[in-house]
Amino acid sequence: MFEPVLLKNVEVANGHLLSTYEAGGGYQALRKVLSEYTPDEVVELVKQSNLRGRGGAGFPTGMKWSFVPKGADKPKYLCCNADEGEPGTFKDRIIMERDPHQLIEALAVSGYAIGAETAYVYIRGEYVAAIRRLEQAIAEAHEKGYLGRSVLGTDFNFTVHIHCGAGAYICGEETAMLESLEGKRAQPRLKPPFPAVAGLYASPTVINNVETLACVPHIVTRGAAWFRGIGPDKSPGPKLYCVSGQVRKPGLYELPMGIPLKELVEEHAGGPLPGRKIKAVIPGGVSAPVIPEHALEVGMDFDSLSAAGSMLGSAGVIVVDDSTCMVKVATRIIEFFHHESCGKCTPCREGLNWVVKVLRRIEAGEGAPGDLEQLDMLCKGIFGNTFCALGDGAAMGLRAALKHFREEFVAHIEEGRCPFH
Amino acid sequence: MSMREKIEQAAAAYPDQRSAIMPALVIAQKEHGHLPGPVLEEVADILGVERIWVYELATFYTLFHTEPVGRFHLQLCDNVSCMLCGSEDLLTHLETVLKIKKGDTTADGLFTLSTVECLGACEMAPVMQVGDDYHGNLDVARLDALLDSLRAAAGRAAGIEHAPQPLPGG
Repeated sequence: MFEPVLLKNVEVANGHLLSTYEAGGGYQALRKVLSEYTPDEVVELVKQSNLRGRGGAGFPTGMKWSFVPKGADKPKYLCCNADEGEPGTFKDRIIMERDPHQLIEALAVSGYAIGAETAYVYIRGEYVAAIRRLEQAIAEAHEKGYLGRSVLGTDFNFTVHIHCGAGAYICGEETAMLESLEGKRAQPRLKPPFPAVAGLYASPTVINNVETLACVPHIVTRGAAWFRGIGPDKSPGPKLYCVSGQVRKPGLYELPMGIPLKELVEEHAGGPLPGRKIKAVIPGGVSAPVIPEHALEVGMDFDSLSAAGSMLGSAGVIVVDDSTCMVKVATRIIEFFHHESCGKCTPCREGLNWVVKVLRRIEAGEGAPGDLEQLDMLCKGIFGNTFCALGDGAAMGLRAALKHFREEFVAHIEEGRCPFH
Repeated sequence: MSMREKIEQAAAAYPDQRSAIMPALVIAQKEHGHLPGPVLEEVADILGVERIWVYELATFYTLFHTEPVGRFHLQLCDNVSCMLCGSEDLLTHLETVLKIKKGDTTADGLFTLSTVECLGACEMAPVMQVGDDYHGNLDVARLDALLDSLRAAAGRAAGIEHAPQPLPGG
């Protein structure tokens, strides 16, 4: 029987308060690492757990931490990516609103591991409730000595600051987030140097997603073997899945990594709405290529989804039923990427503008012969040619829609109308 | 606390004052409702940073408004999950009952209607943000009730502002 840990407190009354968190064993991981572990031993523990980042790319967290140079004379920073702009994704908001101390403890443990005394939590500005809860929790943690100078009477000093974003999806890209934190327009930086070596203010910086960090205290208290024992070997651990769209029970589900997508949608999220059939599912936020209904047996983990031509991404699962036009869905997705393109590089800035115009024309019944070939050509021009992954995400999503639902695009062009209207 | 004091307090979190521009703009927008040129220049002066740095942020991030917005900014999400759950119909309804198109403000200055990209609350789609608050699982009836409550809140606030002073000894 799988036991949820990340969402343990979210349904508890007053789960956001320090007293509730402590009553459930909260801050024991911080006490443990400060009294029993060297920073290197914490890094090693996280490496052994095989924790992979829950923000999208799935990079091994312990390895990322180990890239921080030893003995650098500059201060080290920990940045928590709580921008959460990927449509279909809301997991980090729920942790911050309902169990903010889980994140604060995670930040303190992680900061200790990498040698940082300052953490910035970059939260999207729309998340006002989460920001207030986190501010309140930071104040509580300071009062009880979990943050501040000499944490729990040790020589570890640690402060957490909240930095509000202001509505730019690109801030989820780690180097763009650093630019934004430095008070500039959020545009991605050329890598290398990687943030672990030269990140915020050119200092060594680790950037982790909220859910990734939230796993860390549980790895400390329960051990790396416990974490590795959940789900597939190469992508272990508990995982938060956000389910939304045309489904009976949309919501946030904590289940083992690797659970079949079909089981997640049909059993946990209740399946399609009455009288409808599932047509397709986007498994990892709108940059993850859509999966048609017949292929939903795929496991929800980094490697299985990659092998199936999609990706886990943010695990924002969007369910689409048979009443919906896939051209319309694809158009809305590309409109999003077009709107959110930071404008730094031409293939993304100009290419997506072009793609949007063609898609809107097709959806309106004004498509022309050759439009689909033009879309294929545009995807080829964008994919792999952009500064960051925003353009890639858009091109991958459109390619999958064109591959799996080409007949709908063709019908729009041949019939001169949207068959679903 | 004055705007200057709030901004100076926020800036203490950073080793570089440029980092404080975004927090300062959030404070200034809360204070003034939007960010016209003179406010941007005041922010730059308080932080002691180049004015162009402040201008370039105010025009890049969508939550900053350099033009005025209505008393209640209705920000309806129309991204994929909300679209699949009926946000288009809600937009049509809002445009009909408010007698404005998206992007516009009602003549009485009460409502500005916008569509926005994902609000990160897809489990309660369709969702709309009004001020600091999210309103989810919306349908036409809930939307009408919400508009009524906002109008009532505006009326109450106006009533307080213009309430007659009690008579001496009364």
